[in-house]
Amino acid sequence: MAGPAKDTKITQEQVALTPAEMAKDLLVTFLLALAILGPLVGLRTTSGSGTLILEYRPLWAFGMVAAVVAVRLLSLLYGMGKMAAQGRAAPQTAALATAKAKTAIDWGKFLAPTLLVLAVALPFIAMLFPQMERRIVDLGILVLTYVMLGWGLNVVVGLAGLLDLGYVAFYAVGAYSYGLLATRYFPAWFGEGILPWAFFVTLPIAGILAALWGMILGFPVLRLRGDYLAIVTLAFGEIIRIVLINWMDFTGGPNGVSGIPRPSFFGLPFDDSPGGFAATFGLSPKPIQRIVFLYYVILVLALITNYVTMKLRKLPIGRAWEALREDEIACRSLGINTTNTKLTAFAIGAMFAGFAGSFFATRQGFISPESFNFLESATILAIVVLGGLGSQIGVVAAAVVIVGFFEVFREMNFLKAILPEGFDPVQLRMLAVGLAMVLIMRWKPRGLVTSRDPTVYLKEKKAVSADLVGEGHG
Amino acid sequence: MEYFLQQLINGITLGSIYGLIAIGYTMVYGIIGMINFAHGDVFMVGGFVSVIALIMFGITGGGGVFITLLALILVVLIAMIIAAAFNWTIERLAYRPLRGSFRLAPLISAIGMSIVLQEFVRVAQGGRPKPLQPIVTGGMEIMKRTSENGEFVVRLSNMQIIIVITTLILMAIFTAIITRTSLGRAQRACEQDMKMASLLGIDVDKTISITFIIGAALAAVAGLMFFLYYGVTDFYVGFLAGIKAFTAAVLGGIGSLPGAMLGGIIIGLIETFWSAYFTVEYKDVAAFAMLAAVLIFMPQGILGRPEVEKV
Amino acid sequence: MSTFPLNPLLRVEHLTMRFGGLVAINDLSFQAGRNDITALIGPNGAGKTTVFNCITGFYKPTEGMITLSHDDGGDFMLERMDDFRIARTAKVARTFQNIRLFSGMTVLENLMVAQHNTLMKASGFTLGGIFNAPGYKAAHRDAVDKARHWLETISLIDRADDPAGELPYGDQRRLEIARAMCTNPRLLCLDEPAAGLNPRESDLLNRLLLSIKNDHKIAILLIEHDMSVVMGISDHIVVLDYGQKIAQGTPDEVRNNHAVIRAYLGVEESEEDTVAEVEAIVEEAVHQPIEREQGAAPLGNEDLPVMTTGAVRSTARTAAKTATPARKPAARKTKPVAKKSARPVARKAARKTAKKGGRT
Repeated sequence: MAGPAKDTKITQEQVALTPAEMAKDLLVTFLLALAILGPLVGLRTTSGSGTLILEYRPLWAFGMVAAVVAVRLLSLLYGMGKMAAQGRAAPQTAALATAKAKTAIDWGKFLAPTLLVLAVALPFIAMLFPQMERRIVDLGILVLTYVMLGWGLNVVVGLAGLLDLGYVAFYAVGAYSYGLLATRYFPAWFGEGILPWAFFVTLPIAGILAALWGMILGFPVLRLRGDYLAIVTLAFGEIIRIVLINWMDFTGGPNGVSGIPRPSFFGLPFDDSPGGFAATFGLSPKPIQRIVFLYYVILVLALITNYVTMKLRKLPIGRAWEALREDEIACRSLGINTTNTKLTAFAIGAMFAGFAGSFFATRQGFISPESFNFLESATILAIVVLGGLGSQIGVVAAAVVIVGFFEVFREMNFLKAILPEGFDPVQLRMLAVGLAMVLIMRWKPRGLVTSRDPTVYLKEKKAVSADLVGEGHG
Repeated sequence: MEYFLQQLINGITLGSIYGLIAIGYTMVYGIIGMINFAHGDVFMVGGFVSVIALIMFGITGGGGVFITLLALILVVLIAMIIAAAFNWTIERLAYRPLRGSFRLAPLISAIGMSIVLQEFVRVAQGGRPKPLQPIVTGGMEIMKRTSENGEFVVRLSNMQIIIVITTLILMAIFTAIITRTSLGRAQRACEQDMKMASLLGIDVDKTISITFIIGAALAAVAGLMFFLYYGVTDFYVGFLAGIKAFTAAVLGGIGSLPGAMLGGIIIGLIETFWSAYFTVEYKDVAAFAMLAAVLIFMPQGILGRPEVEKV
Repeated sequence: MSTFPLNPLLRVEHLTMRFGGLVAINDLSFQAGRNDITALIGPNGAGKTTVFNCITGFYKPTEGMITLSHDDGGDFMLERMDDFRIARTAKVARTFQNIRLFSGMTVLENLMVAQHNTLMKASGFTLGGIFNAPGYKAAHRDAVDKARHWLETISLIDRADDPAGELPYGDQRRLEIARAMCTNPRLLCLDEPAAGLNPRESDLLNRLLLSIKNDHKIAILLIEHDMSVVMGISDHIVVLDYGQKIAQGTPDEVRNNHAVIRAYLGVEESEEDTVAEVEAIVEEAVHQPIEREQGAAPLGNEDLPVMTTGAVRSTARTAAKTATPARKPAARKTKPVAKKSARPVARKAARKTAKKGGRT
């Protein structure tokens, strides 16, 4: 399709502004801000006396417009100051970038084990803060779930270069596989006795089912590339969600599936029963024990995901994925069956999402279609892209950043002081995530980690600068 | 037969609205090769601004046909200006700095913008649907059949007439702009080869900005009409309508204005007939399945140019 | 005309390829000998790359048969096979006009990807590889050794761990050939391997191709505009113009063929007697003494203009390509109908410009 010429980099306004030009710029900013914020912020529609009425909030509108203009003024002044200080920045060459990338590897070598130790020790660290213990471990679980999903999607998007906007569908398949099997079918087939083991029995089944769906949905879209692939995968994701909502008999519809069995410690339930976990190990039963166990479950699942992905990268299949991302036609000329290669990428990515979905179901105890909407897919994709395509450590960093964004807004109680009565700052959460996606792309379009680690070397392992790495076409 | 006719009328009306949104997608995709994910939300913003203006002017449709029509034109102009301001700013902030960079970056940025718009409207205007009593009422009976089951009347409402006529007029105007004016020429040149166009003295930035403005203006018109037709709107309507309109753009052949319109009408008909003859719940599945089928089996669309794989 | 090679490796029979209304190849038949270098030459747009794309399965020919027969008697009907199967089972490898390396992967990785199918089998379709099966480890070592051998052959061993995208142009061309060779081909199709190479590099290329031919006993099919390469190493030359074969034979035969000269110069039948005149004009236009002083091409006087006009025309075409984006085939589509009639005119015009350019 008619893509833009890649190298048409439009130079930004680098010329110093005269006061008149600056005034004009500010006037335009003012008018735009007025148009954008004026009606939607200043005139709020509320329902009153049977019809819609307007609630006027001029102070809010003008306050925000003034803030926008002020920010623009500051950025103009800052931009001019910066320009005067350093002149034009020298363009970075690919070779220089590679040299830089090399140090990134050394840095990563040190960082990964540190993070691992930190991750393993987290529940113990949390114990030092008794009143926050539960929150810290919960947060750890949330971050690790996103890390695992990010790593899974990284196989599809980062390695194979296939843009998937419907990844959450496989997460849903995993969650519903566990939810439905454990609540409906297992008790009927094997009796209640299976329930403590249900999670461990279902985990592989959920993974296989999700992988199967990955192949089913992957097959028709093999020929598509770029944005078209993205939009079709989005459509498939939505189709699965709509089916989950409407197929009342099977999925429970919008009400979802509830009463999903919680995991046991390999057969020992987390309760105060005599055969329970606490009693067996001579501990006093506490709810935190289950949370900590869940934390380690997701940690192990995530580490398996990472290990398998790293291993696959060094195997022919993984190299074929990356070659596919670089140049599909060249792959075919070398006798690589690109259909199978793409399908394995879809299937393996989907399998990890299936595992994560099962975990999600057992952790929540309740699932509904609303947990698997497009925003979730977008968030996972944002984590992968922000992390830097193909970079495992980047995904961790990005997951921390994004989930951190989610959480920061829970804590912003001071915002309540300036926000209108009864307005919860959590409301602003997704708005901030959206803004963050835009701003981060402007700041680092290639993500946080912009180097590629070669899978095989003769003498010396040199990282490849992301400027050379292909971005995939499908 | 009567039922079929009624659905045909409804489908064409809905399709006209999709077609207007689709033009924004098709023009932007044609010129910078990206899906403006936020376009559906600009449509939603256009609808919201219209609602606000309607209430502010106190338009209830009670003041006579002429006054109502005049007021609606005023409202639509306001909505167009504000939606254009939105889309222009989005392009400036989220897309232009990323032009020519890593391919996924603009897509992520666009998804981010889509989230920002939805959330902005949700926070500023509240998450509940906004219903308003119908403003354009009345219509005509085309056909009437009385049977033992009662009587079935095929109606063509005034609103439907307005929607179809407005769409036709806008189509005519914008086709003329694209094919006859220097702006249209610049646009087509940028579509072919942006670099060459800029070498030949075309202001590429300006052309792209204008493309976004035109797309937004049309989406705003669609936003108002969508609201008047259904009588309700919320912050989320842009997502689904946007995807359907994108399907329409691809179905018609991306980059083609008449194609977008044709695609819109086909999608509108499919959705309406699916709801009428099968299940309402799965009408969106029908639209999505259509999208997938079109992209997979005829990615060049009905009026688009086929592409041969370059080796 | 020379005789057909006996027991050919590749037989192309009545190959026709149409894109919509455009006839890119029209009833083309030729053969490639078992251990020969066969060159496919012709003006730009003659359909050479399309022939390659048909042989390697990237395009499905509209009509015709392409048969490849291995030494052990296995016959492959290439027109019916998928592109990757042609590479995998029929053992046809190729390079591309615009180099298609995996630029974000290292030089070594490029050569490892080329051995995908062998390694895939050895890794037990990944399952064995995951658990470090010894069979896979050995296969992996062999693959690295083979890559090392090829890197030594093309003297890129010192750059094995650098990204392929960072190599200079000439090295990239040779790496692409080495990568194709890593698939153990019986037939190697090279699309303009000497394009953009300087004389020293194209000399290196000549030697590389000859050594591949002699040491590995494979056949090479070559598209090339650089006559020093074509005339220097080919055993057999097939000349295409507008999708049709206009001549074939040994380098000497082709060099003296009038149809070939006509194709490159663009002279109408009636103008045949003006060939000499045209040659004079062109020689003047391109300052032939420079060309002759270089003496790179082992050609007689007769042939020089052939080369030079070819060069002139190709630049003109390249310029045209940059002006109208080559992205959409629509640009090419207008050609076929108008082609035959419009072309001599265009050529005359080109000649005129050449004339002007030469005189001013």
